[in-house]
Amino acid sequence: MSKTGFPAAAREELADTQMRRNVGKATSTIRARRAARVAEVPDWEALRDAGAGIKARAMATMPEQLEMLEASVTRAGGQVHWARDAAECNAIVGGIAAGHGATEVIKVKSLATDEIGLNDALAAQGIEAIETDLAELINQLGHDTSSHILVPAIHRNRAEIKLLFEHTIARGEDLGWDITAIAEAARRHLREKFLSVPVAISGANFGVADSGTICVVESEGNGRMCVTLPRVLITVMGIEKVLPEWRDLEVCLQLLPRSATGERMNPYTSLWTGVHAEDGPQEFHLVLLDNGRTDVLADEVGRQALHCIRCSACLNSCPVYSRVGGHAYESVYPGPIGAILTPQLRGLENAPTLPWASSLCGACYEVCPVKIDIPSVLLHLRARVVREYKSGRSAEALGMEAVGRVFGSQAFYERAQKLARLGRGPFVTAALPGWSAMRGLPEIPQQNFREWWHARPSRSVGGDGPTP
Amino acid sequence: MSGGREAVLARVRAALGPAPDIPEIPRAYRQAGALGAGGDSVTVDLFCARVADYRATVRRVRGAELPGALTAACEQREARRVAVPAQAPPWTVEGVELVRDEPPLSPRQLDELDGVLSGCALAIAETGTIVLDGAGVSGRRALTLVPDYHLCVVRSADIVPSVPDGVAALARGAAEGRPITFISGPSATVDIELVRVEGVHGPRTLDVFVVESRTSGRE
Repeated sequence: MSKTGFPAAAREELADTQMRRNVGKATSTIRARRAARVAEVPDWEALRDAGAGIKARAMATMPEQLEMLEASVTRAGGQVHWARDAAECNAIVGGIAAGHGATEVIKVKSLATDEIGLNDALAAQGIEAIETDLAELINQLGHDTSSHILVPAIHRNRAEIKLLFEHTIARGEDLGWDITAIAEAARRHLREKFLSVPVAISGANFGVADSGTICVVESEGNGRMCVTLPRVLITVMGIEKVLPEWRDLEVCLQLLPRSATGERMNPYTSLWTGVHAEDGPQEFHLVLLDNGRTDVLADEVGRQALHCIRCSACLNSCPVYSRVGGHAYESVYPGPIGAILTPQLRGLENAPTLPWASSLCGACYEVCPVKIDIPSVLLHLRARVVREYKSGRSAEALGMEAVGRVFGSQAFYERAQKLARLGRGPFVTAALPGWSAMRGLPEIPQQNFREWWHARPSRSVGGDGPTP
Repeated sequence: MSGGREAVLARVRAALGPAPDIPEIPRAYRQAGALGAGGDSVTVDLFCARVADYRATVRRVRGAELPGALTAACEQREARRVAVPAQAPPWTVEGVELVRDEPPLSPRQLDELDGVLSGCALAIAETGTIVLDGAGVSGRRALTLVPDYHLCVVRSADIVPSVPDGVAALARGAAEGRPITFISGPSATVDIELVRVEGVHGPRTLDVFVVESRTSGRE
C-alpha cells in the first residue's frame, strides 16, 4: 500500500516527460470530445440530477436493494455470494474456478478485481488470468500498472505499444505504425482463448435489483466474448453498483458513455439476467463485494464517493491528474475520485496525503455525471486527517495556534504587520520551506490600510465625500 | 459463505444508521414517449445519420429491395456463408449460403463463417444503437458476436427516438430474463492514444439495412 505518499510519488512521475506528453495529449483530446457530446443533450443537467438521485437512493436503501438483487438473480438461475473483504472474494472466485478444473480464466477489465488483487491470488493457485481488454493486455504484457480508470495504458503511446507487442504476442513481426494493426495483433492473440477457455470473470457497471440484470459497458467486444462464450461466468460486483430499478438504466446509459469516451453510446453494452437456456454461460456466479465500501457508506459526507459510475471525466478534467498521470495516486482509483475513494476504502491512515492531491479548482464536480461534490469531500477528508491523525503539537498546529492568538488581538495584529514588512523574504522562506515551495508570499505594501486610515486628515461625516 | 452475507448486510445497516434519509429521484429529463412513438421519417433519418457516424454502412430500402441490397453487400464483403437466427424470416441472398442456427452452431462453427445476418428487437435513433434481445430475429448472442461481419435488418417502425424509449420497451424482455445487447457501430477501441479504431474482438464490419415498414416487429 501507499508508503511514499502523493507528493513524493508525484515528483517522481513528473520527471517522466514522455508520460507527461502522452497523458497531456490524451486528456485534452477526451475533454474536447466529451464537451461536444454533452452539449448536444438538451436535458443533460436534468439527467445529472436524476443520476445523483438514483445513486443516493440506492445507497440509502442498500440493504433492501442487495436482498432484492440476490433474490432476482437466484430466481433467474444464478448463484449469489457475499465477500466481506479481498481475501474472502479471491477465495470464492478461486474456489469456483478450481472446482471446474480451470488452469486459465479469461477476464473483462474490472477495477474491483484489480482492487482485490484477484489475478495474483489466482496465480498463487496455479490459475492464469488472461486480461482481454486491449489496455489491460498492454499493462499485463508490460508488467505495468493501470494509470487511468477507463484507458489504463494511457501513459503509453503507440510507439511504445507497437514495440511491446512486437516483442511479445506478435513474435517479432513488424506491425507498422497503424493502430489498426496493433489491435489486429490483439485480436489474433486472444481469439483462440475466447473460443476455448471455459471460465470467465467480469466486473459489473450496474446490477439492477428488480430484474436481476447485470450490465457490462465496453467497446471492443472482449466483454461480450467473456460473458457469452464460456460455460461458467463469475461476476465480481462492488455492493455500491446496485441500481434499484430497470428504468434507472435509461439515465445511467445516457450519462456514462458521453462522460467516459465522449461517445453518444459505447459500441457494446451487455445485459444478462441469471442463466438463459442455450444462450451464454450455463453457470453464473455473482460475488457481492464489500472490501471497505461499508466504511465509506458510514461517513455521511464521504459516502457520495460510492456514487461513482467510473466514467473518468474527473481525471480528464483535473489539472493535477493531467500533469502527474495516474501512477502517483498509488491506487487502481487515480485522479480526483481516487483522491476521495482510496483513503476511505483503505482507511485515512493508509493514504493520508491523497486528500491534498488537488488544487480544489472544482472542474471535477462540474463534469461529474452523478454530481459527486469532490471538492467538498476533499475538504472534509483533510479536516478528518488533521483531526484524527495529526498531533496537536505538530509544527503546523502550533503555528496555527500562534497565528490565531496574533489575529485575535488588535495590538498584536498591528505589531505583526510591521514585523512582517521587516521579516519578509529569505527569512520567512527559510522558516517555512514546505509552505513556500509551492506558494509565493504576497508583497506587503509600505503603508497598509490601517496605517493609511490613521494617517488621513480627519473629515466630518457626510462632508465632501463622493456622491453616488 | 453464508456468514459473509449476514456480515455484509449488518455492516451496511450499521453504516446507514437507524433512519436513513431516502431521497426522491428527480426525473425532469426527457422520459419515454417525450419525443413521440418513433418510426417517423425524422426519427429514421436521425438513426441513419447516427449509425453512419460510427463508420457503419447504412442502406435505406423498401421491402422489395432488401434481397438485392443484401446480395450486393455480401458480394462487396466477399461473404459466401452467412449465419442466420433459428427463427429468421425467409430472407434470400443470392449466391450466399444461409446457415441456420438450428441446432445451435458452436463458437468454432461460427468462427468459420463469413458473416451473420440478423434482425433486431428495436433501434434507438438518438444514439444510433441497435438492440438485440436474444429471441426471434435477434438470434442467440454468440451468433451476432463471433463472425467478423454483421448484417442487421432494422424495420423503420422499430426505431424509437431516445434511450428512455428503448429501455422502457425492453422492460418486459428483461423481466423475462432475456439477454439484451446494445450495439452502436462496429467493435472499436480507444485504448491507444484515445484514437477510436474500428475492429478488435467483435464484428469489425457492420452493415445496417433500414427497411421502410408501417408495422412494428415489437409486440
